[in-house]
Amino acid sequence: MFFGDPILLATFSWEIFREVLFLQEYNTRTVVTSTSLLGISAGMVGSFLLLRKRSLMGDALSHACLPGLVIAFLVLVLFGGTGRNLPILLLGAGATGLFGSAMVLWLRNHTRIKDDAGMGIVLSVFFGAGVVLLNIAQKMPGTRTAGLESFIYGQAAAMMRADFILLSVLAVAITLWCLALKKEFTLLCFDENFARSLGWPVQRLDLFLLLLIAAVTVVGMQAVGLILIIAFLIIPAAAARFWTDNLGRMLFLSAFIGGISGWVGASLSSLLPRLPAGAIVVLVASSIFIFSLLFGSARGIVRRNLDQLRLRRKIGRQHLLRAVYETLEQMSPTPDDPFPRNRPVPLERIVAQRSWTRQDVRKLLRRAEREDHLHEWNERELSLSESGFGEASRITRNHRLWEIFMITHADIAPSHVDRDADSVEHLLSPEMVRELEEKLGLQNIPASPHPLTREVHP
Amino acid sequence: MTKTNLPPAEDDPHPEHSRDAPLSIHDLTVAYHRKPVIWDIDLDLPEGKLIAVVGPNGAGKSTLLKACLDLIPRVSGDIRVYGKPYRQQRSLIGYVPQRESVDWDFPVSALEVVTMGVYGSIGWFRPVLRKHRAKAQEALEKVGIGHLAGRQISQLSGGQQQRVFLARALAQEAQLYFMDEPFAAVDAATERAIVALLRELQQQGKTCLVVHHDLATVARYFDHVILLNMRVVAAGPTAEVFHNENLQKTYGGKMPLLEEAGQALRQNLS
Ligand SMILES: Nc1ncnc2c1ncn2[C@@H]1O[C@H](COP(=O)(O)OP(=O)(O)OP(=O)(O)O)[C@@H](O)[C@H]1O
Ligand SMILES: [Mg+2]
Repeated sequence: MFFGDPILLATFSWEIFREVLFLQEYNTRTVVTSTSLLGISAGMVGSFLLLRKRSLMGDALSHACLPGLVIAFLVLVLFGGTGRNLPILLLGAGATGLFGSAMVLWLRNHTRIKDDAGMGIVLSVFFGAGVVLLNIAQKMPGTRTAGLESFIYGQAAAMMRADFILLSVLAVAITLWCLALKKEFTLLCFDENFARSLGWPVQRLDLFLLLLIAAVTVVGMQAVGLILIIAFLIIPAAAARFWTDNLGRMLFLSAFIGGISGWVGASLSSLLPRLPAGAIVVLVASSIFIFSLLFGSARGIVRRNLDQLRLRRKIGRQHLLRAVYETLEQMSPTPDDPFPRNRPVPLERIVAQRSWTRQDVRKLLRRAEREDHLHEWNERELSLSESGFGEASRITRNHRLWEIFMITHADIAPSHVDRDADSVEHLLSPEMVRELEEKLGLQNIPASPHPLTREVHP
Repeated sequence: MTKTNLPPAEDDPHPEHSRDAPLSIHDLTVAYHRKPVIWDIDLDLPEGKLIAVVGPNGAGKSTLLKACLDLIPRVSGDIRVYGKPYRQQRSLIGYVPQRESVDWDFPVSALEVVTMGVYGSIGWFRPVLRKHRAKAQEALEKVGIGHLAGRQISQLSGGQQQRVFLARALAQEAQLYFMDEPFAAVDAATERAIVALLRELQQQGKTCLVVHHDLATVARYFDHVILLNMRVVAAGPTAEVFHNENLQKTYGGKMPLLEEAGQALRQNLS
C-alpha cells in the first residue's frame, strides 16, 4: 500500500489531508467537487446498468472511447490547435463509445454471436485501434500527447476551471435524468417485454440509458480514466445492493457511495499526485464495497450468519424448554392435578426427547443457565427456575397453537405461520387465538399459565 | 411436427373477419432467423370468453402471444384489436408473461411489481402516487396475497409470484388479456383461485387468451380452445373441437396416453 512507501509518506501529512478533504484550496475544491458529482451520477446510472445486466456492455463502451478520443485529438491538431479542447475530445470519445456499444447490440440482434463474445470482440478491437492511433499520435512531430494519457488512467488534478463547469453540469444533468426516468428505467430493467406491451419505445429507452452511460464515461474520463470508469459505475451499485432490497433506496445509496468515493478518492489523489487518480478512487469505492459485502444489512455475509446463529440459538432454547415441559407433563398425570408442576427432571428423559446427544443437551443447558432458566442441573437431573418454567409453558402453548392453526387453517397457513415468533399473538388476531385456545382446551395445558405479556425475551 | 402440410380444414379456408372481435388475426406468419415457427394463422376470438391455447412444447404458443403483442416482428400478417390496429389499442390489453421471463431477484416488492400495471396510465416522467399504489394493493387483495405486498419478490413462492403477475394484469384494467401459462407450477388452491378470477373477468365481459398445458382441465375451465402446432389445427367452442381426432393432429399419433386422455375427455363432454 502507498502508506508504506517512504517517499510517498514524506509528502503525506494530516495537515494537508485535512486541508484537502475540507476543500480549503480552490483548485482541489473544484477537482473534488466535480469528482463527487461524477460519483453521484455514476452511482445512479450504474444501478440501472447493473440491474439491466449490462455491466460488460459498460466496459465495452468505455474502452471503445479511446479511438474516438485520439481521433478527436488528431483532428484538433490537424486544424492547428494544441489538442486541448475538452468538449471536442469528449465528443469524439463518446461517439466511438456509443458506436462500439451499438456494434454489440447489432452483433446480438443480427448474428448468432452471444452477448459476452460480442462485447469481448468490440472491446478489444476498439481498444486495440485506440492504442495504435495513440502510438501514431505520439510519433507525430510537434504534438504533445501527455494530456491524452491522463484520460486512460485518470488524472483529476489535470482538470481546468472551464472543464470543471462543463463536467459538473453534465454530471448533474445525468443524475436528474435518472431521477426523472426512474419508473421507466425500472420497468425496462425488470420486464422489458411488459414495457413493450404497454407500447413504450423500449429500444429508444435502452439507447438513452446507453447514452447516459456514455456520458458518465466521458465525464469520468479525466478524473478516473476510461479503463477504470466501469468500476466506478458498477461498484457503488453492487455495494448498495447489500444494504437494501428496495430499488429507490438502492439508487440513493449507490449515488451516495459513488459521491463519497469520488470525494475521498479525489482528495487522496491530489495529495499523492504520482499515483493514478482513477485507481485511488476505485480503491476507495472497493473498500466500501468490501465493507458492504461483509456488513450490509440486507445481504451482508456477517449479518446473514449472525441472524442464522441467533435463530439457531433461539430454536435450540425453545426445543429444550419444550422438551422439559413435555416431560413434566408426562410425569404428573394425576386426575386431581392436571397441570404439570415444576420439579426435577431426569436428564436421561430430556436426551431421549429428540435426536440429541448428551453433548448437545449439555451445551443447551449451559446456555439456559446463563439465561436464568435453570434452577440447578447436574449430570443426572435438572430443574427449571421459576422464570424458566414460565417461559417453557409459554413456548409449549405457542407451539401447540401453531400446530392447531396449521391443521385448521391449512389453506392460509404457509403465509401466516412464523413458528419461531415469540408469541402467536404477534401474528394472529386475538379472536383467532381465542378460537385456537378453545380447540386446545381438552389438553392438559392451561390456556394461559402465566399472565401473558408481550415482552419479547432477549 | 411431422405433418406440417396438412390441407386446411374444410370449414376454414377464408373466414369472414368480424369487425369488432376482441382480437382478429389475419394471415399471421412468424419466423426466428428465417425459420418460420407459426404459419398462416387466421383467427377471430369471440368476445367475453375464456379461450385456451394448447399444443405441444415448441408449437409456437408463446410465439403466437408475443406476435400478437408486437413483441417480436412478424413476417406477414395483420392484427386487429376490437376492429382497430393493435398499436392504437394497447390500453385495452393486459399481459401475463411466463413466470421465468423475469429475474425474481430484482430489488422490488410485490406491490411495486403490481404497480407496473398502471404505469401505462401514469405517463412519462410522472412519479407513482399513492392512488396508484392503492389500486395495485386492491389488485393484490383480489388475488389473495394482499398481506405480502411489502415482500421482496424473491421471497415469494412460485405460486405467489404467479399471482403477483396476475395482479399486475388486473391492475391494467384491460379488455383483452394474454396469459402465458398462468397455471404452470401452481397448487390446486392457487389454480382454483386463478380460475375463479378468470371467470370474474369473463363476467365483466373481458376476453382471456390463455396458454394452457393440462389437457385434463381444458374442458372444465375454457369455453373455447385453439389447438396449435405451428398452424391452427382447430379452433372453436371446446365442445366442438376438443376431441381425440384434433388432439391427434395436434400432438401427433405417437402418444397413446394422450389418446386415453382424449377419450376420457370426450366422455366428460358428452
Ligand atoms: N428467440 C428465439 N430464437 C429462435 N428460435 C426460437 C426463439 N424462441 C422460440 N424459438 C423456437 O420457436 C418455436 C416455438 O417456440 P415457443 O416458445 O413459441 O413454443 P411454445 O409453444 O410456447 O412452447 P412451450 O410449451 O415449451 O412453452 C420453438 O421451436 C423454439 O425453438
Ligand atoms: Mg411457451
